Amino acid sequence: MGSVNANNMKAGVLAIIICGLLLTVTLSGCTNTTPPVTEKVLIFACSGDADKLDPADVTDGESTARTDSIFEGLVEYKEGTAEIQPCLATSWVTSTDGKNITFTLRQGVKFHDNTTFNADAVVFSFERQYNTSHPYHQYGEWAYWGYMFSDIAKVEKIDDYTVKIVLSKPNAAIMTSLAMFTVAIVSPTNAAKYGADAFKKPCGTGPFKFVEWVKDDHITVVANKDYWRGAPKLDKVIYRVITDPSARLLAVQAGEIQGMEFPDPASLASIEANADLKLLTKEGMNVGYLAMNNGYGYNDSNKNGMHDQNEPWVKTPGYFAPFTNRSVRQAVNYAIDKTSIVKNLYKGTAIVAKNGMPPFMLGYNNSVVDYPYNPVKARELLNESGYPNGFNTTLWVMPVSRPYMFDPAKIGEAIQGYLEAVNIHVTIYQIDWSTYLAKTQAGEHPMCLLGWTGDNGDPDNFMNVLYGANQCTLGTAGNVAFYNNTKVQDLLSAALQTYNTSERAQLYKDAQGIIHEDAPFVYLAHANQDLVFTKNVQGFVLNPTGRYFFYPVDLT
Amino acid sequence: MKWYIIKRLLQIIPVILGVTLIAFALIHLAPGDPVRTMLGQHATQQEIDEIRVKYGLDQPLYVQYFIWLDDVLHGDLGRSILSHEQVTTEIGSRFPNTVELAIAAMLFAILIGVVAGIISATKQYSAADYSVMGLALFGISMPVFWLGIMLMMIFGVFLGWLPIGGRIDLLIPFQRITGFMVVDSIITGNGAALISVLRHLILPAIALGTIPMAIIARTTRSSMLEVLRQDFIRTERAKGLSERKVIYKHAIRNAMVPVVTVIGLNFGLLLSGAILTETVFSWPGVGRLVVDSVYARDYPLVIGCILVFALVFVIVNLITDLLYTYIDPRIHYD
Repeated sequence: MGSVNANNMKAGVLAIIICGLLLTVTLSGCTNTTPPVTEKVLIFACSGDADKLDPADVTDGESTARTDSIFEGLVEYKEGTAEIQPCLATSWVTSTDGKNITFTLRQGVKFHDNTTFNADAVVFSFERQYNTSHPYHQYGEWAYWGYMFSDIAKVEKIDDYTVKIVLSKPNAAIMTSLAMFTVAIVSPTNAAKYGADAFKKPCGTGPFKFVEWVKDDHITVVANKDYWRGAPKLDKVIYRVITDPSARLLAVQAGEIQGMEFPDPASLASIEANADLKLLTKEGMNVGYLAMNNGYGYNDSNKNGMHDQNEPWVKTPGYFAPFTNRSVRQAVNYAIDKTSIVKNLYKGTAIVAKNGMPPFMLGYNNSVVDYPYNPVKARELLNESGYPNGFNTTLWVMPVSRPYMFDPAKIGEAIQGYLEAVNIHVTIYQIDWSTYLAKTQAGEHPMCLLGWTGDNGDPDNFMNVLYGANQCTLGTAGNVAFYNNTKVQDLLSAALQTYNTSERAQLYKDAQGIIHEDAPFVYLAHANQDLVFTKNVQGFVLNPTGRYFFYPVDLT
Repeated sequence: MKWYIIKRLLQIIPVILGVTLIAFALIHLAPGDPVRTMLGQHATQQEIDEIRVKYGLDQPLYVQYFIWLDDVLHGDLGRSILSHEQVTTEIGSRFPNTVELAIAAMLFAILIGVVAGIISATKQYSAADYSVMGLALFGISMPVFWLGIMLMMIFGVFLGWLPIGGRIDLLIPFQRITGFMVVDSIITGNGAALISVLRHLILPAIALGTIPMAIIARTTRSSMLEVLRQDFIRTERAKGLSERKVIYKHAIRNAMVPVVTVIGLNFGLLLSGAILTETVFSWPGVGRLVVDSVYARDYPLVIGCILVFALVFVIVNLITDLLYTYIDPRIHYD
């Protein structure tokens, strides 16, 4: 027994020595082991992994950050703007009634699987989304189709390089929507070959080809040397997942990566002071707001997304009598110091909002005069409306940071403080994000913080989605103030069917004027989008839609 | 012994049934649903209804459970609602990462913890004892998140010795076979990859191993102190055995049973992922997977993860129990 013990002991000691050696070897390898790199590789850190790589079946920015390198649509955004220009279509003609758009397609374009891009590919990419009997329809949820493209009745092939999009009713926003990732053109051959797994091997016509996806770690794409515009300057782009913002910044500082998204606003000053880094900033296409529940909800029984005569208005569960009074809503607007919130809580990387969409968009009403910070005026208005002693209410605060609101908890506390000063006693309520969305969309809150990031750069995508009475659907409301003004809805509906740009812009301006007076929201801020790159990264241009295009980028 | 193991393995069945039933009920009774996460802020009621039907979420809860159980018995854990990927694939692609990190962290914790505990016990009330126990207290109290960021700043940015995060330098060509990157780089004979993978392991292993290390050190110390007070130690000393022999040959082995218990428990915990360490070090492990899937209410994935964790726990416990008989032959299970 004794000898067995001794042997075991020796084995144990040996094991410890081996482990120690292993550690020593590892530590001694502390020199840079990276082999000399001759190719131009850009490693870009994202805050999360993609959900899927089917551009038509995703709704999140992390997925589209990757798919935008691989896929392209008929039209695309001009560099740095939300205006459209030809891409896989070279030109298009809209019929006089606005219901038919005929596209001439670019010839000589190849998918990454070397098959030819043509009208069949366009029809396939659209039809799989709207045609329930299409063999590929079963593989997706197609969330954006119903929401943004349901006015498309069908897509027809005229000849190999001509397609016609037929709309069920005129839609002035459809051309900008066609630059969205949802209607990117995918290779039908690749889909047929891999079926349910086709988008584990995504195949488009874009400047980069998919190589590999290691879940929660990275996605690699390499240059498409046969790209129709000419090969990209970068040889490879690697999208790394680094969820923690401090860790992302440390990785750029250590030179492990060359770019990152969503820096912590608190660290912007130190980034700007760092000579090795550069900060790209651009106004963001978003709005963060406080919504007051006006109490108008309806059940969309025929599910047409519109409020019809036979769908009666019902009080939302969060209906709160004081907020049905316009003066009270205006008082809340006067009571909050937005400038201070933007300066201190958005850390200056945002602009104060006075309308429900960002200033660079078509139809922005710059003549609206914002409610200044004036607690005295707020108290007067409360007195006049019969609330001299104020009231108690609850503010729902988002549990997660979003591009339009970096630090909802602190913003919620600040608003609580401002309202307390005018005798509105606010209790803060928080719940997890998916529940928060579900419950605010069902109208359960008296007041809530929320916001919106635009999808396609069209004003309809802010105005109609967030402020129209049609969006007061209980359970799926986009208008979480449950604000019902038929005049506003009429203006917004007319605007969507108006193809003349200046007439259309005027309709949106009029709507914003009315909404400003009615004051169902306190518009807080339009947050900037910030990206950090190392100094040697050249040519990246931020797009207002928040999408990333690496084609023009080079490393020096 | 054989019968004992069989009996223990059979006990896994009711444990798994109980764990999954509770997990299933809890996650479904929690408010929110995966459809909302999937469709984001602009879902229409029609889309929501269609997807609920598509994934059987419109069925009563007990029906959903039995459908799931039936699938599991046929070896199918289902597909993630969010990514459409097989749950087994989703877990399988992260689990090796978690295992490697857990092993590295445990190696660190055991090596340092046991040695520190022994030193502390043999030199009770000395400066060494106080400093070791002070460090252990510090280790237990330290927020992992903060420790991780500090390690990254010091060793990654200022000294530049070790990488900030991730599993490997992505510029090094690497072939994935088993998913265990240390193993893969060894079997493909890829020396550069092996060094890079090991270097990437050091900081997260230290961050993750610090708390278990402190616990092990404290347990080792108290267990050693208890053993050193026993009669047989006095006898051995009286017989003139050298102090080294007394400690290393007789005392340690007798003191190891509670230490092994603590190691087993902690190892089980580490194998179910370490969300904070994984987040700070961008480690693609199961901890982040399970937290993300809970937030997204990705039911099949959540239940799949819990099933795997329960299995791992039961198995690690069994191994710990078997180790007792090896350390202390007086323990029998027959």
